[in-house]
Amino acid sequence: MRKAFFPLLLVTSAMFAYAPVVIAHADYESTMGLVQKVMYFHAPSGMVMLISAIVCGVASALYLWKKDPAADRVAIAAAELTALFGLIVLVTGPLWARKAWGVWWVWEARLTMSFVGWLIAVGYLFVRKYGGPGSDKLAAGLAVFGTANVPFIYVSVNIWRTMHPMTTVVPTLQPGMRGAFWFSALTIFMLYGLMLAARVHLERQRTALDQLYLAEED
Amino acid sequence: MMRRLLLVVWLVAVAAAPALAFQPPAAQSEYVPVKDLPPVDQLPAAPLLVAAYSFIWLAAMFYLWTIWRRLGKVEAEMRALEQRRSHSR
Repeated sequence: MRKAFFPLLLVTSAMFAYAPVVIAHADYESTMGLVQKVMYFHAPSGMVMLISAIVCGVASALYLWKKDPAADRVAIAAAELTALFGLIVLVTGPLWARKAWGVWWVWEARLTMSFVGWLIAVGYLFVRKYGGPGSDKLAAGLAVFGTANVPFIYVSVNIWRTMHPMTTVVPTLQPGMRGAFWFSALTIFMLYGLMLAARVHLERQRTALDQLYLAEED
Repeated sequence: MMRRLLLVVWLVAVAAAPALAFQPPAAQSEYVPVKDLPPVDQLPAAPLLVAAYSFIWLAAMFYLWTIWRRLGKVEAEMRALEQRRSHSR
């Protein structure tokens, strides 16, 4: 992974820089026009937020069960990225909604549950930073609850009457929009993978540093 | 006679219905300035789109920078510790 990291980072950066050109050439949506193009990064960021919350929850469950420090490193990295991509979703969504709905925010099911999901990720990070001894296990329990929230966020638009577009929007995208969407999604997924790898590496180095300090004390 | 007349009227109405349905929309009788539109329709989309993409770029770049900075600190501390240990031997 270490050898592939920088070439992949270069490819992802090039895709990230080129994505606005692809998006600009995508078809305009009939009712929303230009502002609908926020969706090309907003929706993949939402997908990554949910995937990251699942990664964090599964790694935390593994940590609680097997006491594997490697799982804990993945969990803390994924929690930070859930908070990052959640923030992107919660900022870009209202920028789209202001034009599409006429309001910045509505307390409807999808938006509220996404906000709660983001708060759980931020809560995890606060517990890890300020919780003191034993906070790793407390935070792991919180992350498992964060994962339980994910399916509700996903299906909320289908089972409750909400203003948010339904989950059928992405699979039914027209050819003029589909290519741009999946190009943007692939870019965001690759960016997420690289960020996760880099963040896990940072946590591994921190563990190595702690071990060096312990060795020095001995 | 009356029945035939009603039948003719009904047939004409049925035949004319599709033609009426496919009539072009009524001609615009007046121009509406943008300022008179509802607030949502007046709002330009471009600044919102630019703001959304700028935020995504800045957030991603800032996060990568924080990882690079934190990693740099940890690795510098590791090097300093290694040096201290090798001097003390």
